[in-house]
Amino acid sequence: MRAPRIGLLSTGVLVSGCSGSQSALNPYGAPAVHVEHLIVGIVVLSGVIWLLVMVMLALALRRGRRAETEGQTSEGRLTMTVSAAVAVTVAIIAGMTIASFYTTRSMGVPQSAALTITVRAQQWWWQVIYAGSDGTPTFQTANEIHIPVGQDVRLQLESTDVIHSFWVPSLAGKQDLVPGRPNDLLLRAEKPGIYRGQCAEFCGLQHSHMAVMVVAEAPADYARWITSQRADAKMPADPDAASGQAAFLAKPCAACHTIRGTQATGTTGPDLTHIGSRQTIAAGLLETTRGSLAAWIADPQTLKPGNNMPMVPLTSIELQNICAYMDSLK
Amino acid sequence: MEAGELDRRLAATWSTPPGLWGALSTVDHKIIGRRYTVTAFVFLALGGVLALLMRLQLAQPEARFIGPDRYNQIFTMHGSNMMFLFAVPVMQAMAIYLVPLMVGTRHIAFPRLNAFSYWMYLAGGLLLWIAFAVDTGPDIGWFAYVPLSGPQYAAGKRADIWAQMITFTEVSALAIAVEIVVTVFKQRAPGMSLDRIPLFVWSMLVTSFLVILAMPAIMIASTSLILDRLVGTHFFNPAEGGDVLLWQHLFWFFGHPEVYIIFLPAVGMVSSIVATFTQRPVFGYLAMVMALIATGVLAFGLWVHHMFVAGLPRLGESFFTASSMAIAVPAGLQIFCWLATIWAGRPIFKTPFLFVIGFIVVFVIGGLTGVMVASVPFDTQVHDTYFVVAHFHYVLVGGAVFPLLGAIYYWFPKLTGRMMSETLGRWSFGLIFSGFNLTFFPMHILGLQGMPRRIYTYQPEMPWSGLNMFISLSGIVLAAGFLLFFIDAIRSARSGPIAPANPWGASTLEWATSSPPPSYNFARLPVVESLEPLSDRSDPLGTVEGLHTDRRELLITSVVEARAEARESSVGNSIWPLLAALATSAMLIWSIFTPWAVVWGSIPIAVALIGWFWPKGDPEDES
Repeated sequence: MRAPRIGLLSTGVLVSGCSGSQSALNPYGAPAVHVEHLIVGIVVLSGVIWLLVMVMLALALRRGRRAETEGQTSEGRLTMTVSAAVAVTVAIIAGMTIASFYTTRSMGVPQSAALTITVRAQQWWWQVIYAGSDGTPTFQTANEIHIPVGQDVRLQLESTDVIHSFWVPSLAGKQDLVPGRPNDLLLRAEKPGIYRGQCAEFCGLQHSHMAVMVVAEAPADYARWITSQRADAKMPADPDAASGQAAFLAKPCAACHTIRGTQATGTTGPDLTHIGSRQTIAAGLLETTRGSLAAWIADPQTLKPGNNMPMVPLTSIELQNICAYMDSLK
Repeated sequence: MEAGELDRRLAATWSTPPGLWGALSTVDHKIIGRRYTVTAFVFLALGGVLALLMRLQLAQPEARFIGPDRYNQIFTMHGSNMMFLFAVPVMQAMAIYLVPLMVGTRHIAFPRLNAFSYWMYLAGGLLLWIAFAVDTGPDIGWFAYVPLSGPQYAAGKRADIWAQMITFTEVSALAIAVEIVVTVFKQRAPGMSLDRIPLFVWSMLVTSFLVILAMPAIMIASTSLILDRLVGTHFFNPAEGGDVLLWQHLFWFFGHPEVYIIFLPAVGMVSSIVATFTQRPVFGYLAMVMALIATGVLAFGLWVHHMFVAGLPRLGESFFTASSMAIAVPAGLQIFCWLATIWAGRPIFKTPFLFVIGFIVVFVIGGLTGVMVASVPFDTQVHDTYFVVAHFHYVLVGGAVFPLLGAIYYWFPKLTGRMMSETLGRWSFGLIFSGFNLTFFPMHILGLQGMPRRIYTYQPEMPWSGLNMFISLSGIVLAAGFLLFFIDAIRSARSGPIAPANPWGASTLEWATSSPPPSYNFARLPVVESLEPLSDRSDPLGTVEGLHTDRRELLITSVVEARAEARESSVGNSIWPLLAALATSAMLIWSIFTPWAVVWGSIPIAVALIGWFWPKGDPEDES
């Protein structure tokens, strides 16, 4: 069961490895590609302008440094030159403004986008809600958004507490999640892969550790993923995992977390129904392995100081069993 | 009257008594201006230490040097301190000192208000730093976005202290703005018509109008925040019909003009230095003045570019893109005018001029990246990343601190009567220029590589470690340059070579009096006949006769042509501004704890104001 995930993860690393895992200069989706063209164009043009100004500065300084014997430049010629330079500035500024307008137009969110996913930000994680064909929510996940390759996806962005900002640079520019004001964002991936993103608006103590993964898959893989996520959590077959489930339900864990198919229906923390199938835990902080699950549950405050998960006292057996259970929730 | 006798009589009328009482009660604009400047530079040094602490934490991924709580306080303090306690005040402090001298008057308008504004500024700064020292420093960012700074998510007193510090510094800034406007409009030397006002004075005049128009927005914002937090109003609470984005509109309606409040004085400083060190007037005086005014007007039309990703309607965003880009035109015009001046002049490569060259190199980059972030699509990728951190440090350090350091070297003789060291000046310029570029240029790349701002750490998998380490090391070079500057300034103030009245051969009025100027500024008030009254003159300046020497008297002139209109008496030293500032500070700090402070705290303020404005009798009536 582990093989496909590791495979996916390594494609992700491959994508990110050569691209810098969250870079605006390595776009893999239409909105990000348009912006990247604009970025490169403006940066190159600005570089040329800067060089020209520096050449003018150097010439002016050198001229003054040479002898005083040269005749004074006439005010008229200076006025002509300065006016010409200002005229060129106005033309360049106008050009950049127009280029910017055209790029903006290509970034609009089509309301007809086939797929809409709700992303609700909280301190300091992302709740991701998938709706069925009738629009009612069917399942939710956390810190990980799966999308089909080559398709426009509309993200409905909401916040339940403070302002956050959704930003996966390889796929699109950022958009704020503002309490009381839903926003939306067009996302589109042209290649399968795992694209990392991160909250961009300062949102408090653990703003640094609020990453999000977008997993873009071929449509068939995506459909399989949807089917598996719709299902409730399986009853653990392994005896350790079964005791883990019992411990999970007996301890305060269930007060904050939901695991569909069990009595755990807490809504404060992320839905854990299929946590074992996610790339990372704690909003991108750690790869999902039994070891990191154990480290996280045993002491969440050292790994991510100030986050909202309390330390729940567990015996080492309970801890191991709960981790076995979490890991089994594929 | 004989010159020596005149000086003696004027000194008796205008001087500040020695000792502590004199220091606390003085209203001399030069003493207050100097004090203000020194205080602002102390805050610069403190803010720089915070920057080094942040760089220490960010040098390596997952460093455990500073935890998130303290780190958030540190970056909030760094931003708030640099904007509210250093950049704006230092420019106004220089203006308090220089503007009366440059327009040829004996005193600033409203001298007691001037003393009051310094004490308010000092109290606000101390409040912020003492709170930080006892671990109650604000941790909400210098922009303090709600709801993060609201009652629900910012418990304790940290956000209240930030909001009150804003009120302190805005009271101070507004007071100075009013003083500068009146001084420039009504107290110019006879003959200094509008087209003969030095460019630095023009820049401070425009800046003062920006302060008067922009600061009320942030005062409304911070007051609404305080009310939300302390009295339970819901201005910013969406659950009760409030609006989160209202804060951002109010904040940036002030926050963007703020950049020009810092930048325009620097432009004026650059013009002064360029004129003196190229030995000719700045090319295109009228164009420069128009550019200052155009920048001031446009400054109010681009605040929304800070909110491009907040989800505003696209049409509005287009307008703000256009106006944000358009402001590059007056900036470009000014650069071209300085280049033309250098081209036609004979540059002298002394330290102040080196800082101006550094300013042009660095500021043009900051201006170009400013055009970039004005573009909505570009901004959606770089907003709130290190690209923006790089951009605004290029604008603010390159555009304002470089000119300011040049200005300190330039006006140091006028401020202290002594010269700074040319050798140390070259070294500190070299270190600051190279250290600055090595520190901040790579941040553009980090931003495009996806590093967000305001994060206290990052994971080792991210490809940012190398550049972050490089930036942190470069920061040490930058800090060394500033350290050298401070050493030079302190050493020179005590034992630098004695300066003559006009060591650089400059041509504006402040150089027409001794270095440092006497308490009465000019023994005989000058009459101005050209834009550059001191240049190419073999004969002495014309002077005004007929002001009393046994009482503080100013000459009031008309707004446009500066024709002499009246003699006006100016107030003397007084302890009441200090007492009024103490009473106001007590009320503002007390109000963090209970709204009743506004009621009871008003009584001592009223007492202090009565003392301040107690009628002294008009000397004209007696004579």
